[in-house]
Amino acid sequence: MIVAKRKPFEEIKDMIKDYKKVLNVGCGTCVAVCLAGGEKEVAVLNSELEMARKLDNNPIELGAKTIERQCDREYLEALDDMVKDYDAIISMACGVGIQFLAERYPEKPVFPGVDTTGMSVNQAVGWYEERCRSCGQCVLGVTGGICPVTMCAKGLYNGPCGGTNNGNCEISDEQPCAWFMIYERLEKQGRLDNILEFKPPVEWNDQVPRTLIQSGYKKPEEAA
Amino acid sequence: MKSGSNLEKVLEAGHFAFTGELGPPRGANVEEVREKAEFLKGKVDAVNITDNQTAMVRMSSWAASIILVQEGLEPNFQMVCRDRNRLAMQADILGAAAHGIRNMLCLSGDHQKFGDHPQAKGVFDIDSMQLIAMVKKMRDEGQFLSGAELNEAPKLFIGAAANPFADPFEWRVHRLAKKIQAGVDFIQTQCIYNMDKFREWVKQANDMGLTEKVYILAGVTPMKSVGMAKYMKSKVPGMDVPDEVIQRLQGAEKGKVAEEGIKMACEQIEEFKEMKGVAGVHLMAIEWEHKVPEIAERAGVLPRPKV
Repeated sequence: MIVAKRKPFEEIKDMIKDYKKVLNVGCGTCVAVCLAGGEKEVAVLNSELEMARKLDNNPIELGAKTIERQCDREYLEALDDMVKDYDAIISMACGVGIQFLAERYPEKPVFPGVDTTGMSVNQAVGWYEERCRSCGQCVLGVTGGICPVTMCAKGLYNGPCGGTNNGNCEISDEQPCAWFMIYERLEKQGRLDNILEFKPPVEWNDQVPRTLIQSGYKKPEEAA
Repeated sequence: MKSGSNLEKVLEAGHFAFTGELGPPRGANVEEVREKAEFLKGKVDAVNITDNQTAMVRMSSWAASIILVQEGLEPNFQMVCRDRNRLAMQADILGAAAHGIRNMLCLSGDHQKFGDHPQAKGVFDIDSMQLIAMVKKMRDEGQFLSGAELNEAPKLFIGAAANPFADPFEWRVHRLAKKIQAGVDFIQTQCIYNMDKFREWVKQANDMGLTEKVYILAGVTPMKSVGMAKYMKSKVPGMDVPDEVIQRLQGAEKGKVAEEGIKMACEQIEEFKEMKGVAGVHLMAIEWEHKVPEIAERAGVLPRPKV
C-alpha cells in the first residue's frame, strides 16, 4: 500500500495560519491503514490545531470528513456540498489524493497534511518498509522477488557492488544488501544463471507523467 | 591497440604494470595537483584520478586528469555512476578523450551518504557494469548508448574495479566475468590485506580462464598506522583486514609502524610479481604521494619500462 507520515505540526499550522475555516479531509484507504491520515488522525490533528490556535488568540473553525478514497471521483463527490463553507482544505491523503482533491476544487487552497513516503509492506503495526518504486519494468522475476531498484541504495542492475558488508549495505548495518539477498535466494532456488548475464541499461519510462489505459478500455469521449 | 595508452602498451608488452593514484584538491588549487604529480613522475605507468572520492566534492576528475596530461603523466580518469546521468557521462567521456586522456576507470561510486552532501540525489542512471559496456560501444562501434553514430570514437583503455573480499565471496569471480563480458580491459582490485583470500580469488579467475581476457592489477595500500588498520577493518565496507596485519603493525618499534607498513606492502608486491594471473600492482598511497618513489624503489619496480 501507499504509506505516508503526518507532517510536523508546526509546518501544518504555518501553512493554514491565514485561514479561519478549514476542512480537514481524511482518506479511508492506504493512509488510514498506515495510521497517518484516516478518520482518527484527522480528529487528532484538528484538536491539536484548535488548541494551538486558541492559545495564539487566532481561533479556527475546523471541519472533519473522511472519505473512502481521495483518488476516486466517486467518493470525492461527497465533499462537493461541504467545501463551499470553508476557506481552505487540508488533505491527509497521499500525494495522489491531495492533487485529485485540489483539481476538483481549483478555487480552494489545498494543503497537504502528510508526507507520502512510498509503497510499502506492513511489517507490524506502525512499521512499514518500502518495496516498490513503480519503475514500470518489473525485474522481480529474475531477481528472486527482491527489487534491486528499491532495495539497493544505488539501484544497481548488475550488483552487488564492492560495498557489501557482512550481508549488509555499505550505507548501514541495519540495511540488508539487496544483491546479497538476491544471490542467496537464487542460489537456494538453483537459479543463479538468472543474474550471470549482463543486464543492459534500463530505458527508464518513469521520467514523464504516466498515463495508463488498460487494454479494452479508452478515455471517455468528454475527457479525451 | 585499443587506446594506445602507455598503460595498455606496458601491459601488452608483458611488463608488470605499476600504477598510482592522486586525489584532486578540495578547491581550485592547481599547484596542489602539480605538486602531488611531481612525486609520481617516472615512478608509475598511469595515475588514477579519483572522482569525488568518498562522495566528497573535489576538482572534477577529468579536469585534474588534463593537468596531469600537461605535466607529462598519464592519467587514469575515474568516473562514478553516482553523480551523472548517461548524457553527462558520454559528454565527459568525449571531452576527456579530446584532451588526450587514454585510460578510464568505471565505478559505481561510494553512496552519497558518506560525503559532504549526504542528502544529494544519487543519479545511478546506469551502473558500473553498464558504464563499461557504454564506453566500449562508444570506442569499438563508434556509437552513443542510443545507437546514434559518433563523430570520432573516443580511444580509451577501459578499466574497472573488483573487490574480491566483499561478500558473497563465491559470487565475486562471476561478477568479474560479467565485467569482462561487458568489455573491460583491465581491473584494479580493492586494497588487499587478506592474501589467502586474494590467492583463492585469483585461482578461481585463472581456472575460469578470466585472467587471459583481462589484466588484473592488485590493489595495494600501505598501512601508515595501527589506527588506520583498525579503521579500515571496522569502518570501511568491503575491506578485509586480518588480525595478523594489525598485530604485525602493533609489534613494530615505536615510530617504525609506517616503515613496517611499507615493508608489508613491498612483500605483497614481490608475491604479486610471481603470481599467475596478476599483471601488475595499483598502489593507492592515500595522501602519501611523496612516499611513492621510495615504495616503488624498494618494491623493485623501477625503472618503469619505456614502451
